[in-house]
Amino acid sequence: MSAICVLQATGLAGERGERRLFEGLELALTRGSVTWLRGRNGRGKTTLLRLLAGLSTPADGDIRIQDQTLREAGPEGRRQCVYIGHQNALKDDLTTIESLAFLARLHGLPHDAAALKQALQRLGVLQGQHAPVRTLSQGQRRRVALARLVLSGAAPLWLLDEPFDALDSDGIEALNGIITDHAAAGGCVLLTSHQSLSLTQPTPRVLDLEPFAPRAAATAQSAAPSHAALR
Amino acid sequence: MNSVFVCVLLRDLKLASRRRIDALLPLAFFLVALSLFPLGVGPEPQTLRQIAPGIVWVCALLASMLSVGSLFAGDLADGSLEQMLLAPSSAIAVASAKCAAHWLLTGLPLIVATPLAGLAFNMSGPAVAALLFSLVLGTPILSLLGGLGAALTLGLRSGGMLLILIVLPLATPALIFGAGAVVTVEAGMSASGHFSLLGALLIVTTLGAPLATAAALRISTE
Repeated sequence: MSAICVLQATGLAGERGERRLFEGLELALTRGSVTWLRGRNGRGKTTLLRLLAGLSTPADGDIRIQDQTLREAGPEGRRQCVYIGHQNALKDDLTTIESLAFLARLHGLPHDAAALKQALQRLGVLQGQHAPVRTLSQGQRRRVALARLVLSGAAPLWLLDEPFDALDSDGIEALNGIITDHAAAGGCVLLTSHQSLSLTQPTPRVLDLEPFAPRAAATAQSAAPSHAALR
Repeated sequence: MNSVFVCVLLRDLKLASRRRIDALLPLAFFLVALSLFPLGVGPEPQTLRQIAPGIVWVCALLASMLSVGSLFAGDLADGSLEQMLLAPSSAIAVASAKCAAHWLLTGLPLIVATPLAGLAFNMSGPAVAALLFSLVLGTPILSLLGGLGAALTLGLRSGGMLLILIVLPLATPALIFGAGAVVTVEAGMSASGHFSLLGALLIVTTLGAPLATAAALRISTE
């Protein structure tokens, strides 16, 4: 089982503040798979990704990475997982390459100049490597943040929150290529995206959060038929 | 020490070197605040010499507290803090590195500027030496406690004021023994008791504060 399944969650419930967003969520991410996490705004996509990354604790249920709970796995477990949130974690005053070098060193990834340059090259931001992050556009910042993925091949689990945000078509294509390579090498990816995916290899599986909405919220929704009629 | 500690520390120093004016502000505050006292209290040399240790300590305390408020705020806003907590190392390393960087950027310049204050307040040589040593032991305590306060108030709207209210009571022992050491030396006695207590405070804070700061950081990013 552990050979195929990288991450497994059972009976998972997530809360934001006092409000329960989803419950009874069953999730298994297998090697070589890409899963597209869907759900309306505020349904708990980011909350779920943060739970799986270990940034917050689930209200209920448990999460196992490579057959170990997050707590058991400890620092080694964190090495198994890459989380890129919708914030890029870049510092305005550092240059592009310094920012990437910091993130790589922090996570114990290769951070020699050649590896960093190759990563920036792959995302098409090598030209601005010595420019301060302050001078980059949103799309370029996103590319620099995603360049970390090129260095993170050894981590099997990638959790990406709206990775395609602000990317142009070239950027989307580059990221698709990186995700395809990662899946082909036996990694797995869980991502959210509000635009439909153009990824073809491997075919993304869809995980919809709607069915896991707590019952109270679900009945409230069915009590408002005008909503359904509009659709 | 582990690589995350070094990595975060070096990054903070590099960031400060890119914003030198910002990095000099606590020192400027310290000097300006010090120079207000002779204007307010009057230029009587005897009075000034008597109150100098307390004034220098209080100004150092306030300079540390005012600058520590933003210790984690920038990293929280741009997502760096999240990434630091996800690193394959304990959050304690991150908390210690941030406090160490704060001390190097705030505490150390204050210590370097202190002889100047001694001169301005007409302090004797041994008194200045005692003041310096008390600050060497005391300013790391202020950075560590300030880091804890900054982590606890992270993301709150009036965090800066709350931080000062939380940390000041915790920092009073350091203030009492630090300023007390200088007064004892000026009275011609040995200040080794005061220094031992300051040293003990430093050890306790070094062992305890990063643990609490790390826990507070985890809670505020949740």
